[in-house]
Amino acid sequence: MTTVTPFVGTPRSRVDGRAKVTGAARYAAEFDAPDLAHGWVVSSAVARGRIARIDTDAAMAMPGVLKIFTHENRPRTAWFDYKHRDQTAPPGHPFRPLYSDTILHSGQPIALVVAETLDIARDAASLVRVLYETEEHATDLAARRDTAYVPPKKRSGIKPPPKPRGDAPGAFTSAPVQVRQESRVPAEYHNPMEPHAATVVWKGKDGIVVHDKTQGAQNSQSYIASVFGLSPSKVQVVAPFVGGAFGSGLRPQYQVFLAVMAALELERSVRVSLTRDQMFTFGHRPETLQIVTLGAGRDGKLVSVQHDAVAETSRLEDYQEVVVNWSGLLYRCDNVALTYRLAQLDVSTPCDMRAPGATIGVFALEIAMDELAHATGIDPVELRLRNHTDRDQNEDKPFTSKELRACYAKGAERFGWSKRKPAPRSMREGSELVGYGFATGVWEAMMMKSSARATLTPDGRLTVATATADIGTGTYTILTQIAADALGVPMEKVTTLIGDSSLPTSPIEGGSWAAASSGAAVDAACRSVRDALIGLARGLEDSPLANIDPDRVTVRDGRVFLTADPDQGLAIDAVMAASGVDKIELEETVLPDPKTMLTHAAYTHSAVFAEVRVDEELGIVRVTRVVNAVAAGRILNPKTARSQILGGVVMGIGMALEEEALHDHKLGRVMNHNFAEYHIPVNADVPDIDVLFVEEHDDKVSPLGVKGLGEIGIVGTAAAIANAIFHATGKRVNDLPITVDKLLDEA
Amino acid sequence: MNRFGYTRAGSVAEAIQAFAAHPDARFIAGGTNLVDLMKYDVETPDHLVDITRLPLDQVEDGTDGALRVGALVGNADLAYDRRVQERFPLLASALLAGASPQLRNMATTGGNLLQRTRCHYFYDPATPCNKREPGTGCPAIQGVNRNHAILGTSERCIATHPSDLCVALAALEATVLVTGPNGDRRIPFAEFHRLPDDRPEIDTTLAPGELITAVEIPAADFGAHHTYLKLRDRHSYAFALVSVAAGLAMDGGRIVRARLALGGVAHKPWRDPAAEALLSGQPATDDSFRKAADHLLSGAVPRSGNGFKIALARRAIVRALRQAAAGTPQSQTDKRIQ
Amino acid sequence: MAPPIAPHTIDLTINGTAHRLDVAPWTTLLDLLREDLKLTGTKKGCDHGQCGACTVLVDGKRVNSCLTLAVMKDGATVTTVEGLARNGQLHPVQEAFIARDAFQCGYCTPGQLCSAVGLMAEGHAHSAEEIRELMSGNLCRCGAYANIVAAVQDALAAQSTQREAAE
Repeated sequence: MTTVTPFVGTPRSRVDGRAKVTGAARYAAEFDAPDLAHGWVVSSAVARGRIARIDTDAAMAMPGVLKIFTHENRPRTAWFDYKHRDQTAPPGHPFRPLYSDTILHSGQPIALVVAETLDIARDAASLVRVLYETEEHATDLAARRDTAYVPPKKRSGIKPPPKPRGDAPGAFTSAPVQVRQESRVPAEYHNPMEPHAATVVWKGKDGIVVHDKTQGAQNSQSYIASVFGLSPSKVQVVAPFVGGAFGSGLRPQYQVFLAVMAALELERSVRVSLTRDQMFTFGHRPETLQIVTLGAGRDGKLVSVQHDAVAETSRLEDYQEVVVNWSGLLYRCDNVALTYRLAQLDVSTPCDMRAPGATIGVFALEIAMDELAHATGIDPVELRLRNHTDRDQNEDKPFTSKELRACYAKGAERFGWSKRKPAPRSMREGSELVGYGFATGVWEAMMMKSSARATLTPDGRLTVATATADIGTGTYTILTQIAADALGVPMEKVTTLIGDSSLPTSPIEGGSWAAASSGAAVDAACRSVRDALIGLARGLEDSPLANIDPDRVTVRDGRVFLTADPDQGLAIDAVMAASGVDKIELEETVLPDPKTMLTHAAYTHSAVFAEVRVDEELGIVRVTRVVNAVAAGRILNPKTARSQILGGVVMGIGMALEEEALHDHKLGRVMNHNFAEYHIPVNADVPDIDVLFVEEHDDKVSPLGVKGLGEIGIVGTAAAIANAIFHATGKRVNDLPITVDKLLDEA
Repeated sequence: MNRFGYTRAGSVAEAIQAFAAHPDARFIAGGTNLVDLMKYDVETPDHLVDITRLPLDQVEDGTDGALRVGALVGNADLAYDRRVQERFPLLASALLAGASPQLRNMATTGGNLLQRTRCHYFYDPATPCNKREPGTGCPAIQGVNRNHAILGTSERCIATHPSDLCVALAALEATVLVTGPNGDRRIPFAEFHRLPDDRPEIDTTLAPGELITAVEIPAADFGAHHTYLKLRDRHSYAFALVSVAAGLAMDGGRIVRARLALGGVAHKPWRDPAAEALLSGQPATDDSFRKAADHLLSGAVPRSGNGFKIALARRAIVRALRQAAAGTPQSQTDKRIQ
Repeated sequence: MAPPIAPHTIDLTINGTAHRLDVAPWTTLLDLLREDLKLTGTKKGCDHGQCGACTVLVDGKRVNSCLTLAVMKDGATVTTVEGLARNGQLHPVQEAFIARDAFQCGYCTPGQLCSAVGLMAEGHAHSAEEIRELMSGNLCRCGAYANIVAAVQDALAAQSTQREAAE
């Protein structure tokens, strides 16, 4: 049977699906090792101060306890800060677990109990007694707003706000229509379903194999080697399956430090798993306070955009993300002023969380745009169209492609936007007010330098390998599709290897760049293998393909043949046998086109439409429909692509209505550190979600024309819901999440 | 989690005896709350007495249309029991509003009565809590108290009782049947849970070593005039901010008798017969409902983060009474509020 | 210090295989499966009954194995995700999850699958709305809910077709 290609562009079930539905897929805490010891982390009860005394005697006395690591007895690690800095670290001093008696945030790991079994480690940990000397702490961002500063050192890969253009304050003053929106996005925690864990397999003189929960096996590997002074050749990080991450696995988190430390010291295999509570003790989406002011003409055209953000960071590092730049990018405006500042709190360093920065900044901008639509009486979609731009004014560049207007049109049509009555509180059904809300979404389309290896064996099987990860995004599947197309074989004949630091170099899996980067690398490697195979076939004496123009040759289903006359050809095994090779293996490295990077701006866009129903009396909100129309270049696999957008929308629903880390500022502690009280959406919260991909041809953004989909689904969703709630109720809530208490009118 | 011993009781007498043999024993059945709390080191028993093999798992008809529910009847089994669905739909509705299908498969009737509060501080041994460690203080009073009590609080504790089932049982005027070292007792539901006062560490009037054997529910004559309305921060698998169990005996448009209980607002299901009496003989109008609501909430005290609960509860009461009067009980599946 | 507490011997049938096991009173069914029996298909998402990742079937009913003390289940029959397929043939729910892309990272999936099998046996879910409510004990942070509902609907339809054929 002839294999029908291309696979790319067609909906395909996940190639790792069977492993995931049978329980065969192994995650970080599920790798076994002989003589495995188990670690349990003891966390600080206070937010700031020092450990005056830590008493481990009772815990040590428990049979089966091997060792309790604290700042008093921890092994030495690298002296310099830079040795502890991973690929994604912001400027500052990276957190070092068990480094000293200093407490920098509530929940900080202060001891690791290692025991023969998990239950002994856990139960012994409850016997560790700690005496703290506390110092005054600060966890309330609003109270620290006036301490905010412009980060003196920029974070690599994060563009600071562009310089002001025009005269935004002046243009605002004279603008006929003025809008000002103050808003707050609270701290949110990634909470992937798999808690962070690391299993370190001790291999004696051969070093260690680390199964870490990570979005970058090579990032973890270089961090471990650097911190513990190991040769990289003695550290292999293997993470074939990652139970969600959403950014929490970009940086090596403290579980891997502690597990490696214990394994090296005890010279045996060690696993450290964090509890769900401990998932609230490191990186998070930073609480951010924002003010957006828009000035416009009565025609809705923007004459002034100002966006100021103050975000929390830790005492150690200046975590930064792109929050305000979107406001100078998304719409045409000649007078723009954007500022981004940080305020230090006694908290762990924030960490990129799905569409970091954009989720927050675009929320603020898009609720302000909705206010502008309301103030001018212009339809919210029409308002965006009037302010459409085909140029990135922040950098004064054209876009590689931008089918945002098609998103507006197609999304509005699918949603039935024309049925919206403009006035707030004008639509109702029974006891519920109905609201239609809309927002634009935007995210960067990036490609990173990436390498891949392809190996073809005589049986026609193809193996492709690159170090990237699949955190649920579908990486395994799209790479398999790409490889199968290149060699004309069924997807079943392709084995894709990823999530292993020993494989060809990949960037960390984040920023929505994996498909564009690893996809292009795999494509390049497979094409080279194909070319090499054709080269061998052409070089064979008596070959029907001898010296034939390679463009006239097809490789499909294990054969190399003349495209015009398929009978004229050879089997792959025959070509390889006659050529005396047992495999063709080639590695290729791809880079973004440096010229395009200089001359063009590349972004994905979306139009998000949401319908809410709000009980008029009780303020209970239901999201009943969402349509998300996305322009993201070429869609490799519509099935897994749709899932990416669904997931972003669901997280956006959580952001709009449910998610918030509730701090007790007196204790300096997150109090709802569990799944019962830190609400993420459940099935009953999620309506039918309609995902549309609009046609967007882009031959500049990346070799495959791919833009990436991991983040775009969440951007704009919370704003669309907030705008729908405004439309339903006439009440503007700009302090997320929009919970019932904020919607109850004064009784 | 601390280390503890384990006894599987073969009879009620054996269970009582095994409990008495250890200084800090607990009975365990569904375990959904106790094991949870033990993992947080909030509960640290030295011994567990497993009562799941005791013959207390039957739903039986009592006299005069009453229902006797064995302490070990599972929440799901009870919710889907034909007699409960037909004669006590308020009970079924409250059960299905609680927890998740998995937890309802595990949790028992008796255990549900003994659920402990969901107060963040109670659950976090790194913080003070008068309920967990008497005398350490109550940080909730000035801390994170969005989901705390507005009624019947004390300066030592503002925790709420988290059960849904109990709110319905309060409205249905159930009786808790217990047995213990000193014999059998019947405890009217209103007297089973207590307010925190100066002893917030004690949730109920159960004496040490006493075991719940059954809950008896007298016949309810509400017909279709009942509802369980639960308001929460997400549409399923969340504790109530406010919940209302309402049952009305109606004569045309007039209320003959009313039962009204609130969840999520106090240390126990909140009922006030005086508020119910205000409804007796009244027309089923919003005006009547508001009067009852105002009375029921007259002692409400807001804290820094939960003042909204007063307005929310007031409206929820009115809405629930409206639903009950109309005979359109709230669905636990369709999230639109009727 | 108190004397060590002796383990208890229990019998469990897990995925069709009889096991006699010595367990400590504090060992949960989840830890027994994952740590002792290396059946790591059942996941630990919160360990407190708040996420459903640990859902297994005990005597045919879906429960949170993280809150189940193994010692209390002496004599029970347990089915985990590893036991859903028969002779290499996937369970219809497993097939439907793949076909509908009802998972992304896969970590909540074993719990979703066991929960769906339990739901089908309970017989209370028919409409999409009922499935949403009765699958709400299983969190999915990747947000695959819409596809999970579709997959369960497919499996329910297959189940009723099968029943009709049998009648």
